[in-house]
Amino acid sequence: MSAVKFTKDHEWILMQDDGIGVIGITDYAQDQLGELVYVELPEIDKELSGGSDAVVIESVKAAGEVKAPVSGTVVAVNEALADEPEKVNNDPMGDGWFIKMKITDTSELDDLMDEDAYKEYTDDL
Amino acid sequence: MVAFAGYHMPVQYAHGIIHEHKHTRAAAGLFDVSHMGQVRISGEGAASALESLAPMDVVDLEIGHMRYGLFTDAGGGVLDDFLVANAGEHLDMVINAACKKDDLHRMRIAVGDRCRIEELEGRALLALQGPAACEVLGAMAPTIINMPFMTAADVELAGIACVVSRCGYTGEDGFEISVPGAAADALARKLLANDAVAPIGLGARDSLRLEAGLCLYGHDLTLQTTPVEAGLRWTIAKVRQPGGQRAGGFPGDDRILRQLVEGASRRLVGLRPRGRAPVRAGAELMDGDGGSIGIGIVTSGGFGPTVGAPVAMGYVGSAHQKPGTIVQAVVRGKQLPTEVVRLPFVERRYYRG
Repeated sequence: MSAVKFTKDHEWILMQDDGIGVIGITDYAQDQLGELVYVELPEIDKELSGGSDAVVIESVKAAGEVKAPVSGTVVAVNEALADEPEKVNNDPMGDGWFIKMKITDTSELDDLMDEDAYKEYTDDL
Repeated sequence: MVAFAGYHMPVQYAHGIIHEHKHTRAAAGLFDVSHMGQVRISGEGAASALESLAPMDVVDLEIGHMRYGLFTDAGGGVLDDFLVANAGEHLDMVINAACKKDDLHRMRIAVGDRCRIEELEGRALLALQGPAACEVLGAMAPTIINMPFMTAADVELAGIACVVSRCGYTGEDGFEISVPGAAADALARKLLANDAVAPIGLGARDSLRLEAGLCLYGHDLTLQTTPVEAGLRWTIAKVRQPGGQRAGGFPGDDRILRQLVEGASRRLVGLRPRGRAPVRAGAELMDGDGGSIGIGIVTSGGFGPTVGAPVAMGYVGSAHQKPGTIVQAVVRGKQLPTEVVRLPFVERRYYRG
């Protein structure tokens, strides 16, 4: 998992060799949110700038947004989440991925936290 | 834990809202609702004093029986909803936490000279709800097993003198237990020791009552809603209605009695969004044809774990209140087709003997 980077809003991005980044939310985030009941994924080819809203998620109690950790274009979405939003809670770092993006500028990843930094960050929350 | 009406309360325990919700409908959920106000009114004039503040029949409420009622204001709007039980020597009321200070103040000013009003500050309130509640509580006190729905009695539980009512806020069979504060912890632990019982937080309390089509004060009932608009005309006994022996004589009677005869211009209805996106309190409702005319507002909404879909309640203009009517709920700038449906969303399973 050493290629995974994290944001302060508890999103993760895993860079693949082909310049595609897989994006999801962390275990900390899914625990805070509670069981997800609805996920609204973006369209393929949607362009997102880093920090902008990528996915709408709703738990029993509240609605929230998953933000794009860095800028890019959506190339794939996890359609299984439409019927089974609870995949995000059950496997947030794996089956619960939200979108895949072609990353515009890999240097934006440098602003994100690595696994150790993220762990330290959540320990302090 | 969150702050709620000046109290520290859990939104959920370890397993989460959906799990707690489903557990309550399958077995038994234990709720600590001690934040609610417990008020005792006594004296010969107590029942008619309460009738002067609420459009309901208290005078003929039999001993051991209880009713759901509403405090109304001069405009016919709802100030609070409550339960009142006739305990023989006095009337016992349970009122909402957020309203209890105002309710007590108002009662004291209006009728403090006609009856004695006591807040039972030293008492806790536990609710045990679900199909297994009777078996669990019955093992402690067999006398509760055949208690009819909406009755209350003095019952000793684990050696503690309690008042047990067969009522609740989930649509399931269940009991509310008034217990001296000092003994509440021990009683709760004894109930939780039963495998069938799980602790339930505020999150599931809300999803359970929403699925049961029960109003939440501050959302579905406010000063801007009358009992008739809220679909609660059944709480107004015939004796208080036009032609009844004690017709009127409560705040807002002009408007409410007129609405009982002529109908109201809007109505609280059940709402089933067609898709999977929850529609929540505050969402605007537009007409189903072009979606260009505002026809109402959502007052409660979320996901119903037993229904397995989004559910909501809201007010619509009377032209749109018929079940089957399609309206549009505005969510994140989009219009979501939503069907008007009868309440409740989940069949109520009150004890019928």
